Amino acid sequence: MIDVKPVRNVELSLWQKTYYPELWKGLMVTSAHFFRNLGRHMGRALGMKTEPPMVTILYPEEKRPISPRWRGLHRLMLRPDGTPRCVACMMCETACPDKCIYITAGESPDGRVEKFPLAFEIDLLRCCFCGLCVEACPEDAIRMDTGYLELGGYSREEFYLDREFLLRRGELTTHAQYPGELDGVTVHRVDLMKLAKGH
Amino acid sequence: MWIDIAILLAKIAVVFAGIMTGAFVLTWAERKQSALMADRIGANRCAILGIKLWGLINSLADALKLIFKEDFLPPKGLRALHAIAPIFAMFPVFVTFAVLPFGPPIQLAGKEIPLQILTLDIGLLYILAFGGMAVYGVMLAGWASNNKYSLLGGMRASAQMISYEIIIGLSLIGPVLVFGTLDPGQMVLAQNEYLWGWIPKWGIIVQPLAFLLFLPAAMAETKRAPFDLPEGESEIIGFSLEYSGMRWGMFFLGEFAEIVVLAAVIATVFLGGYQIPFLFSGAEAAGLPGFHFPWGAYLPLGEWWIVALRVASFGLKVLFLMWLQMQIRWTYPRFRYDQLMRVSWREMMPLALVNIAVTGVVIMLVS
Repeated sequence: MIDVKPVRNVELSLWQKTYYPELWKGLMVTSAHFFRNLGRHMGRALGMKTEPPMVTILYPEEKRPISPRWRGLHRLMLRPDGTPRCVACMMCETACPDKCIYITAGESPDGRVEKFPLAFEIDLLRCCFCGLCVEACPEDAIRMDTGYLELGGYSREEFYLDREFLLRRGELTTHAQYPGELDGVTVHRVDLMKLAKGH
Repeated sequence: MWIDIAILLAKIAVVFAGIMTGAFVLTWAERKQSALMADRIGANRCAILGIKLWGLINSLADALKLIFKEDFLPPKGLRALHAIAPIFAMFPVFVTFAVLPFGPPIQLAGKEIPLQILTLDIGLLYILAFGGMAVYGVMLAGWASNNKYSLLGGMRASAQMISYEIIIGLSLIGPVLVFGTLDPGQMVLAQNEYLWGWIPKWGIIVQPLAFLLFLPAAMAETKRAPFDLPEGESEIIGFSLEYSGMRWGMFFLGEFAEIVVLAAVIATVFLGGYQIPFLFSGAEAAGLPGFHFPWGAYLPLGEWWIVALRVASFGLKVLFLMWLQMQIRWTYPRFRYDQLMRVSWREMMPLALVNIAVTGVVIMLVS
């Protein structure tokens, strides 16, 4: 048996049916907002500290603070001596649901590790920013913590990130993930936008 | 003779400038007021040399954009009708203001100059007649576009406007009965009388039901939300579909101007026009110009102060009613078409008729 749920129409009282009282109530709500915000705007214009009159974030000038866990543009991390942490194990490439990571492995010249990435390319246009590559990485070599989210470009090539680009971003840090992480690493603060263009 | 013509032209210039300024400010208020109501910030990006004027520059940018946009003409449409339709939408709105007094008559160099372009005994009929002409604008636009959606939009618009014109006409009969005149100038003078010596005899006080019927019906005439089915800009396509650039802009300029003119009509008929309660000019109060309060107090004022106060009072009333129309436009959702028709024919029209009957009986009993 299907459960029958009787739905009764809301009975309006005669007062409500005259329509105007309810219209008046609605008008009062919007007018209250109008005058409250008008007062706050005028207070601000006079230099008083008031509650913000709007919920708008004026984007290019103001930015919404992002969480440290925000998944932005990728970067490849470096060891303190400047060599890539990546050992070309292909875990991220395998984990990637979009198949947007292309790694060519080569034999590592220094002998401490077996392999290193000859090429490490990410096709951002395919990437869905799921972060599975970061979770898959056993070496903490790939991260998405650049905090860079204004991903725009004028050609498809700009979205095809190669190893050098990703490694250069490895030197950039927006924030450390744990205390002491950045000790001994040269931290360059570079304009990310310029970097992206220059690439 | 020449002086009369010069005075007339000056009055026309003042009224025209007033309406255009009002329409210009309304395009700005449309954005800023809705933003304030919704806790947003509104248009604030346009600037000339860094001067933003709280978004007023956006209205200028709008006008510039509309002027320089491509003026597309539907290739198989009726060129001539397509061209004159926007004029039909704008012209009646502007001429309606002619019979509305925006201030008391002033005495200048031995001449009495009424601050009213046209002193017409049938002023209200003139307003209704030109209000009726506005239908041609949308109808012609729909017809001349050679587009079935435009045509349907035009039909929808004309059905709506004709339905609500009836309410406008019927609801105005009440005030006409009470004040005993069709001339807005006389009507305003009549609103400086007092019931039992202390309640101003404003239209809204002696004819509250007529006001409650006239306001929504008049807003339906402006074709704006909650009565914006003729345009339905977001989903149902309206009569202005085949219009672009400044031709389209003229329809909307007409709409904004209509808000100003309607505010003036409502102020004149229902809110006492330029009258301020208990303020009398010398001619009206046996040579004692100023405030005569019902409890006997008397505050003398110069004649020119009274004129200035009265013009300012009319301006403030118009501003308030413009604000109210904007507020209503951004508060209520759109009617469904059947609701729109039902409200007009089955709810408002009987009420308007009842109002006329009751008003007539009361006037009979009182006199």
